[in-house]
This record gives sequence, C-alpha cells and structure tokens, in this order.
Amino acid sequence: MTQMETQPAAIAPGRVEPHPVIEMRDITIAFGGVRALDGVGLRLFPGEVHALMGENGAGKSTLIKALTGVYSIDSGSILIDGEEHTFSTPAAAQGAGISTVYQEVNLVPNLTVAENMLLGREPRKLGRIDVRAMNRRAQETLDRLGLDISPTSVLGEHPIAVQQLVAIARAVDVEARVLILDEPTSSLDADEVEKLFEVMRSLRDHGVAIVFVSHFLDQIYEISDRMTILRNGTLVGERMVAETTQLELVKLMIGRELEVLERIDREVAATEAIKSGQPVMKALGLSRKGALQAVDLELYEGEVIGLAGLLGSGRTELARLLFGADTADAGELQVGSKTRRLRSPRHAIDRRIAFSSENRRSEGVIEDLTVADNMLLALQASRGWLRPIPRAERSRLVSKYIETLDIRPANPQALMRNLSGGNQQKVLLARWLITQPRILILDEPTRGIDIGAKAQIQQVVADLARDGMSVVFISSELEEVLRLSDRLVVMRDRRKIDERPNQDVSVSDVLEIIAGSARAEEATRA
Amino acid sequence: MTATTATPGDLSVWDRVRGYSPSSRHLPVLATLALFVGMFGAGGIRYEGFADPQVVLTLFVDNAFLIVLAVGMTFVILTGGIDLSVGSVVALSTMIAASTLEAGWPPAAAMAAVLLAGTALGTLMGLVIHYFDIQPFIATLAGMFLARGLCYLISVDSIPIRDDTFFAIAAHQFTLPGGYFITPTVLVALAAVALAAYVLHRTRFGRTVYAIGGSESSAMLMGLRVARTKVGVYAISGFCAALAGLLFSLYTLSGYSLHALGMELDAIAAVVIGGTLLTGGRGLVVGSMLGVLVLGTIQTFISFDGTLSSWWTKIVIGSLVLVFVVIQRVMTRRQP
Ligand SMILES: Nc1ncnc2c1ncn2[C@@H]1O[C@H](COP(=O)(O)OP(=O)(O)OP(=O)(O)O)[C@@H](O)[C@H]1O
Ligand SMILES: [Mg+2]
Repeated sequence: MTQMETQPAAIAPGRVEPHPVIEMRDITIAFGGVRALDGVGLRLFPGEVHALMGENGAGKSTLIKALTGVYSIDSGSILIDGEEHTFSTPAAAQGAGISTVYQEVNLVPNLTVAENMLLGREPRKLGRIDVRAMNRRAQETLDRLGLDISPTSVLGEHPIAVQQLVAIARAVDVEARVLILDEPTSSLDADEVEKLFEVMRSLRDHGVAIVFVSHFLDQIYEISDRMTILRNGTLVGERMVAETTQLELVKLMIGRELEVLERIDREVAATEAIKSGQPVMKALGLSRKGALQAVDLELYEGEVIGLAGLLGSGRTELARLLFGADTADAGELQVGSKTRRLRSPRHAIDRRIAFSSENRRSEGVIEDLTVADNMLLALQASRGWLRPIPRAERSRLVSKYIETLDIRPANPQALMRNLSGGNQQKVLLARWLITQPRILILDEPTRGIDIGAKAQIQQVVADLARDGMSVVFISSELEEVLRLSDRLVVMRDRRKIDERPNQDVSVSDVLEIIAGSARAEEATRA
Repeated sequence: MTATTATPGDLSVWDRVRGYSPSSRHLPVLATLALFVGMFGAGGIRYEGFADPQVVLTLFVDNAFLIVLAVGMTFVILTGGIDLSVGSVVALSTMIAASTLEAGWPPAAAMAAVLLAGTALGTLMGLVIHYFDIQPFIATLAGMFLARGLCYLISVDSIPIRDDTFFAIAAHQFTLPGGYFITPTVLVALAAVALAAYVLHRTRFGRTVYAIGGSESSAMLMGLRVARTKVGVYAISGFCAALAGLLFSLYTLSGYSLHALGMELDAIAAVVIGGTLLTGGRGLVVGSMLGVLVLGTIQTFISFDGTLSSWWTKIVIGSLVLVFVVIQRVMTRRQP
C-alpha cells in the first residue's frame, strides 16, 4: 500500500495550521465480508478545502458516514482535535460542530423549506418555536446562497437541484468547524456552483475545514487546496492540488491512463440527412400552466437533441410532458404518424418511449430489490406481467449491461441500497436501455457518475443513436450536451428560445444565447 | 424576486394564520369539515330536531373518549406507524380503575395508576419498535393481546364503579347559555386536542414527528432525535388510550374486559377520515377530531332514522375510509 504518500510533506507552509481538526487513521469497514474501506486515513486541517477523490464505489461516502456516526467502524481510530473520539449518531457529530450534506438529498419533502433548514435548532421563544424568526433566518441564508424561493414553500414542490441547495443551506446555516459536502454540485449549473464556492471560500477563510466531493475535476481544481485519493476502498494518497496535474490525478484514481475521455467517437450527423424522414415525435404548442410555455419540437430518427438551459429553465418540465409523466394543458404530441395523447407513462412505454428521471431517489431506485430486478423492471412492465422474461435472457441482459456500464460490484444479486450513488445511477440507465426504446429521454443521466463511466455512457448513447434510436438529452453540464447532440434546443424561463444544429457551437455561445435573450427581453420591456 | 417569494417582514395575516402549512395541506381537513357540515345539513332537512346545536354537543359528549384516542393515534400515524393496542388499553384502563376503586383506593390514586399503566405500556411498545426494529403493526398487535389478557387476569366479570367522585364527575353537566349542556369529559377531550395541536406545531418534538413521517432515514441523517421521538409517540398514544379509558369508565361506570372491542379501528378510521396520511408526515390533529365527529354523525343519523339497522354505521364508515384513502392517494400522486 501507499501509506508513505500521506506524510506531512504535502502540507503547504504558511496557511495550514499544524494540528488537524480531524484525523482518521487506518479505518476499515466491511459490509458482510466485503471491505468497503480498508485502512483508509484522512487528515483535515482548519481553513482548507479538502477534496475527497475516487471513482464510483471507491468509498468516499462510506468514509464520510464513518466519520459522522452513520456507520460504526470495524477498526481504526478517529481523532478530533488530537483526541480519540467516535460519534455514535449523526446528531452527536452535528453537536461537535461537524455539519454534513450527504450524497442524496436527505431532507423531508413534507415540510417547508425553512423547517428543513432549521429542524432541530429552530429559534424558540418561551419554549415554543418562533415561526417568524425561523422564516426570517431561513430567508437570510437563502439570500446568501442566492436562492430565490420562499422559505414557507413546501420542499417537495421544488426540483431536485433546489432541494440540493436547501440541503447545503441547512449545512452552512450553523456555526460549524467542519463542513462536509458529498457531491453537492451534481445537479447544479455554473451560477449556483459559483455561489456555493463563494460561500465555501468565505467559510474557509474563517477557519472552517471543508470536505468536498465532486466528479467534476474543474471544480476540484478551482476550489480545493488538498486532496485525498481513494481507489477500491483503499488509500492511494494525499496530494496538494496545485502540485498535481489532472492527468496525474485521473491516473491515481483509476489506476491507469484514461483513453476515451478526449472526444466521443461520433460525427455530429448532418442535420439535412436526418430531416429527410418523418419525425418520430413532434410536439406542437405543447404547454402546461406554470411549468412550460408552448413549445414546438421535432425529433427525427437517430438524432440526439440536447436540451440546454439553466436551472429552472423548463428542461425537465418539457421532458416530463414528452413522456406523459405530466399531462399537457394545450398543444398536441405526435408519436410516429399519429397524434397521441400520452395520458400516462404507461402509454408512453407502450409506444416505446423511455424516460430516465433526474430524481433517482424518489422516482427510480427501488432500494430493497436487487440490481437485476431493478434493471429488468421497465422491460417486464412493458411485456406485461403475464409474460415473464426467460431466465437465460434475464441473466444475459443483466450481465451485458453490468459490463457495458461497468457497474460495481458486478453482482446482479447485490441489493440496490448497498450500491454507491454513481452505480445506482448506472443501473437506472440500464433499466431504460434494456427496453430498447425508439425514443429515449434522459434527464441528467450522468449525475454523480465518475469521469471514466461518464465517457462510457456518452459512448453508449452515441452508439444507440447510430443504430437509429432518437434521444432527448438533458444535462446541467453544457460540455456534455454539446459533445453528444446533433441539435441544440436552448430553454430559458420555461420556454424554448433557440434551436440550432450543433455545429461549431461552444459553451460560451450557449451562455450568450441565454444571456442575449434575457437582454432582448429587458430591452422590449423598457 | 418572483411572486412566490415573501420576505418575512411583509407576511400577510393570512400567511401567518397558515403558519407552517400552505393551504394545499389543509385541503383534506377542509374536505372533512365540509363532509361533516354537509351531513348535518342533510340530517337537518330530513329529520326533525336534527339541526339542533345540542345534537352537535351530544356528539362531543358521546365521543369524548374516541376523540382522545384519535389524538394519540394521530401522533403515531404521523410518524408512519400504527397502534393497534389502544382499544385493549381502554378496556384495561376501565378494569384498573374499577378494581382499584373497589379495593378502596382514593379516586386520584386510581386515575394516576391508570394513566401510568397506559403510558408505560405505550413506552414499552415504542422501545421494542425502535430498538429491535420491529414493525409497529406486529409490536402493537402483541400489545393489544397483552392488554386484553391482563384484563382477564384482573377479572373475567364486569366490575361496577360505585365511587362517589366518579359518580359526581359522570353526572356533572355544564350548562351553556340557551339551555345547552356539555360534560366535563368534553372539556378533557377539547383540551387534549388543543394541547396536541400545540405540541405538534410549536415544539421541536412535534416537528420531528412530521419529519420522521416524511422520511425516517433523512430525519436520522439530519441529526434529529429520532429514537426519542419514536418512543415518545407510542408513549403519548398509550397515555391517550389510558385517558380515553378513564373517560370511557365515566361513561359506562364499569370495568369490563370486553369493553372497547375493536375501538382501535374506530380511532384509525377517524384519523384517516380526518385527512391524515397513513404513510405519515401529513395531517392535522383537528382533522382527527372532525373524523370522530363524522363517525358520530353517522350513528346519530341511524338513531334518528330508527328504521335503519345499526350495521349501516359500519358500511358507511367502511365506504368513507375507502373514499378518503383514494382521495389522498390521488392528491399525493399529483405532487411533482
Ligand atoms: N450499506 C452497505 N452495504 C453493503 N455495501 C455497501 C454499503 N454501503 C456501501 N457499500 C459498498 O461500499 C463501496 C463504496 O461505496 P461508497 O458509497 O462509499 O462509494 P462512493 O465513493 O461514494 O461512490 P460514488 O461516487 O458513486 O458516490 C461500494 O462498493 C458499495 O457497494
Ligand atoms: Mg458517494
């Protein structure tokens, strides 16, 4: 093992104090014989942003949960301010000034935004909760994060990205010494990430130690000072970010050079060639009150349409209307040559439309079923429950997708709840790919997925499109949208503002389109 | 700023009245209220003397114990649990009260013993549910048999209550202007509802109850006191069941092991009709009270009619529960 590399040589002189607030030594945790962590260590100093790096399933979230008292450790020790101390519950960790945003949004959807931010530490007056003070305090924190929502609105009514921001707001509201953020940026767009970084920087300058997990290397390089790298549950080493190149880092994480990352093997299809046929799906003035203003859209065979736009621009809403997860108030939808009313997802699945939702926790993953069952769910549903999939076929399909998407552990019988976040996402994707749909709608399919697997997934989508599948692709990562799409549809303020072939379009072009339309609107109003 | 954003400074009165919950969360309760008013209107048109305010007051008088029971049940169901033991605990409470009084205990001591026993049993079930991770259904089913069994251990026969204090309370009536009256039990029930509403909405314990109903694992990761709260709601339900047992013994003036058979189901039905989600996290204690009143109104209907068999009560309650569960299902599915 490479314990050597964790020696203090990596500490930058000057800014970091010599005593770590937290030191984890030789942590080992096994789940039913399988070691999720094997002798891993982590040192955290006041006033630093510390990135925890590793592929999907490397053990990042497990290490965080070991520290904060969610899991109990099998061996090893945790030192807080140099003294050995183990937390038995998340509440105890919070009490000691460790504030954590876990990977999935872990809030309660049935309460208000303000309550979610302040539950357990509501301001009180004479023993009773002071609702007004609570809402006021929540509003202040929301303002600091630039989040324009009402503290009295119910959390579950907001999209997942907003919920993620509320979870962050909850964590930064307290006076914490240690702030842990496990993939907080996975569904945020650039603006929100920037706001979050501002808050992180100011906390760091006030001496807070921050742990940051992300699969976006650019973000890591922008915000972090130091990093600890894990691979397969073992410690690879600790490095200063400034002294490690991205290539070196990737090599440390995956243990070999990464080839596919550069560019997807895909010629952006000539739009004219595609448009020669009949559209497989055509939306005319599709709209839904409060969600989307009338949108026209044509989707051709073998084409990938990328929906670009910022948070709340209506991308997800459009996807849900196309799939029939929500019903449109007006407009019509043609699938094939006929006008269809997609009244329910069931209808859509029958017409061979598949939709992978951005909200994997509440709309996708069934935690208590196995990986195989989760994968086969949609296919089985579309065949009807009276025609079971033959056993041989089942295992062939499942192992094929476990291999293509590199799902770990590569065990079809593993329980879904025991998979890491990124691996759960891959299983969900496989669920829809298995149905071999004609139209595939992907809402944030690579959320929380590591760089290697991301490239793999993009490749799979590109291959499927080449074989004739039509794809609607949504991602808050614009680079990814541009890499994959043949045609770009740009959304803003819940309507479509632009559509163009994806030829020589850059990220800044897209941002310019969005900003430009905002300016134009200002001008007409003035 | 968008239209939905309200700065705390300019919260309208209405916002403040709504407090925690936007009106969508009050809808089920409003539906129950409408149902109750509608049933009363229909009764008033059909039967002479039905629309008399005293009929409403009598509903409270006759169902005070059920209201208290439903209050406790609301706490449990809000966390996503269930308490099947409450009917048996009511019976056990009447037995403890009757037998201790018979043995010559002072009434205050008898009441204290009842409340203590109920709370202890509730706490015990809560501990089993939380620390051994047993399904609430199973644990409280065991509690239900246990409490019923304890009744028989005390006595197989009915024990009459002859205590003067109990008699006095049972016979007491508060006269209201206009010649209407209520009993002390009604005040106890209303106090229970008010206290429960306060605890649920204005204390950390209460908000944690809702949080656990929303997502127990999230509540745990948010660092809330899940263990204490979960055990607490069963303790509260046990206490309420014991209190309901006391009210019931004032109503029947006897202790009997076959009292309150199946009453836990009435309580659950009232909570569901009152708009509380069986999966937890949504509902108001006032709704449960309205649910009890709806159940009571059905009975009043049948007694006013005179020709209908009392089995109609069960049929109507059954249908109402079904309708309400379906409505809730549809409403929650509408949510994004
Ligand atoms: N409760 C559990 N039971 C069994 N195995 C588990 C459990 N929790 C995690 N694991 C396993 O431990 C390993 C590490 O998972 P972890 O969630 O820490 O990964 P991660 O680094 O956070 O990955 P990601 O980037 O996908 O979030 C995985 O192989 C996972 O399957
Ligand atoms: Mg993780």
